Amino acid sequence: MVAALPLTLRGATLRRRGRRLVGPVDLTLGPCGVTVAIGPNGSGKTSLLRMMHGLQRVAEGAVDWSLPEAEARQRQAYVFQHPIALRRSVLANLAYPLRLRGVTRAGARAKAEEIAARFDLTAQLGQSAPSLSGGEMQRLALARALITMPEVLFADEPCAALDGAATREIEGHLTAAAASGTRLVMATHDMGQARRIADEVVFLLHGRIHESGPAARFFAGPSTPEAAAFLRGDIVE
Amino acid sequence: MLLRALLLCLLPLAAAAETMRMAVTTSFENSGLSEVLLPAIAAETDLDVELVVVGTGQALRLGEAGDVDAVLVHARTAEEAFVAAGHAPHRREIMYNDFVLVGPADDPAGLAEATSATEALARIAAAEVPFVSRGDDSGTHKAELALWEATGLPPEGEWYRPVGAGMGAALNTAVGMGAYVLSDRASWLAFGNTEGMALLFQGDPALFNQYAYLPVDPGKNDDIAGDAAARLEDWLVSERAQSLIDGYRVSGEQLFTFNATR
Amino acid sequence: MGDLLAGLGEALRLIVTLDAELIEITLRSLRVTLTALVIACVIGLPLGGWLAVRRFRLRRAVIATLNALIGLPPVVVGLVVYLLLSRSGPFGVLNLLFTPTAMIIAQVVIITPLVASIAHQAMRDLWSEYHDLLISMNATRGQRILTLLVDGRRALLTAALAGFGRAIGEVGAIMIVGGNIDGATRVLTTAIALETGRGQFALAVGLGLILIGLALVVSWASHWVLRTERQGTW
Repeated sequence: MVAALPLTLRGATLRRRGRRLVGPVDLTLGPCGVTVAIGPNGSGKTSLLRMMHGLQRVAEGAVDWSLPEAEARQRQAYVFQHPIALRRSVLANLAYPLRLRGVTRAGARAKAEEIAARFDLTAQLGQSAPSLSGGEMQRLALARALITMPEVLFADEPCAALDGAATREIEGHLTAAAASGTRLVMATHDMGQARRIADEVVFLLHGRIHESGPAARFFAGPSTPEAAAFLRGDIVE
Repeated sequence: MLLRALLLCLLPLAAAAETMRMAVTTSFENSGLSEVLLPAIAAETDLDVELVVVGTGQALRLGEAGDVDAVLVHARTAEEAFVAAGHAPHRREIMYNDFVLVGPADDPAGLAEATSATEALARIAAAEVPFVSRGDDSGTHKAELALWEATGLPPEGEWYRPVGAGMGAALNTAVGMGAYVLSDRASWLAFGNTEGMALLFQGDPALFNQYAYLPVDPGKNDDIAGDAAARLEDWLVSERAQSLIDGYRVSGEQLFTFNATR
Repeated sequence: MGDLLAGLGEALRLIVTLDAELIEITLRSLRVTLTALVIACVIGLPLGGWLAVRRFRLRRAVIATLNALIGLPPVVVGLVVYLLLSRSGPFGVLNLLFTPTAMIIAQVVIITPLVASIAHQAMRDLWSEYHDLLISMNATRGQRILTLLVDGRRALLTAALAGFGRAIGEVGAIMIVGGNIDGATRVLTTAIALETGRGQFALAVGLGLILIGLALVVSWASHWVLRTERQGTW
């Protein structure tokens, strides 16, 4: 199968009403591993992920997949910081992406039940999704994103509102997905989580990539004073 | 019975008899005479006559457009113009009833003492008491305007209130305002909401209200039931129709007088 | 007051005796209005969804027009439909004037803007909630609209009920295009207008009460149907 990766961003810039949200960004995402975007609030982590996923159109520059855009879109999934539940049952939420792709009702149902078991949601299958707890909801969002077995998974602060146990569960699912070949691109403000998961780090500041590189080297000794300050826990402006 | 009603509702045109449509005036429908005539027509001519109840102006427009097969109205000048314009081959007088002047029972304008219809209207104008006019270009409205013209007084002023509505609505309005109103006798007698109102002037031949039957020119379009309209006309001038029309009573009073020439 | 009480009595009498004419005109009212409603929903609900999902240059103008059309006087609709369906009009050959079909056409024109507008408002809110997710999942425009229609069905029921309410109580347009013909096109509202014109207030009020009762029954029934289906489907 021809891969959607690598993804190449060249001078990619996102603007809203004239204001620059992120960019210009030059970045290449290779075929495997976990890339974690870190940086202070407002540095453009979310915008970077949304731009790569194509939720927003770039104002300048280009976001190029190795496949035509329509095909590349079919191989990605995105988990939002605030999970969006369709006003349907958990089962229907899980089956939804498959149904969009034309999978039969029975086929989608079987897959949904299978992934629900993996994500410990079997008991909730018949429940209305908007009534789930925060942890269950994020598990549902992740399971729903992974049910299509995407080549690339974007996750924007997937554990932002969760307690320790729920965070551990989500991280487990994320690393499992990465281990089985899904390219993971995640934004987080939790440095511990970044250290636990990242293979590669992108440090953003003021909407630009300030520093990037292999996680081990970055955490051992960042090459810019701002990144070092950020890792120390100082306020970086 | 429920099933029968359901069938009636789902198959509105399933009746075996031939169907034709006739536009009639509100005052004719309100008189209740149609409820006596239509079953007799259905039984004796096998015609299912559907009545489209509208004002005279609209009735003639429906005939002009060829949307009905015949028209039964009471506005001689308009009817003659209708025939002259070729919308109907002829005009057949069937019967007449008469108009009456109705108003508040205490009669502030003193209509009871009037000796003619024009004098009665002149008294209303002089007293400037409220008068409700149909104001809808109907036969009754036209008759009212002709009477005003005969008085030589222009019906204008705060007291003259054209409501632009059918006979029933105009009567309701008059009751509400305590106003005088010109009504056909049939509508007045059949009217249920007569609180505080009384018939104050009647009997002047100037108040006679001639109904005429106009078969719509079948050449207008292929769908006009010309034969049915002719059969209905034959029945309307028959002796049987005469006895039903002359014999129709509301509150013990005869409403219509048959005067067709055979 | 006396007329109102008499009207209540009249309504009871008509219902208890299962008055054949009452049943006939009630069923015809329901048939005309429900048919018009189904057609209006088939047009209006996807139109509302499409307007919620689609961004185009004249979108605001279309929505403003839709909202203005809600205020269209039924009498004007009736007159225009009459002129179109008249035997001397452009669609005269269809011979639809003074039939229930003509009444359905007029009601569709009257309630479709209302249904579409309410549906649009409801689905616009739902769309702002779902927007990112459905874009992310690469749903086609048709799939987006379908999703909004399915998940917004409660709000859409409200839209449909508003349409039903307006249609079942409408008299001006159907009087003109239906003709209020006894046994063919007489429905509850035109019968009420007729009895009011005759000054038979008690009967008119009685028919009015039956009309209100009918609207209530339809409203309750549809809410009940939605509640029972809430669980168990997906």
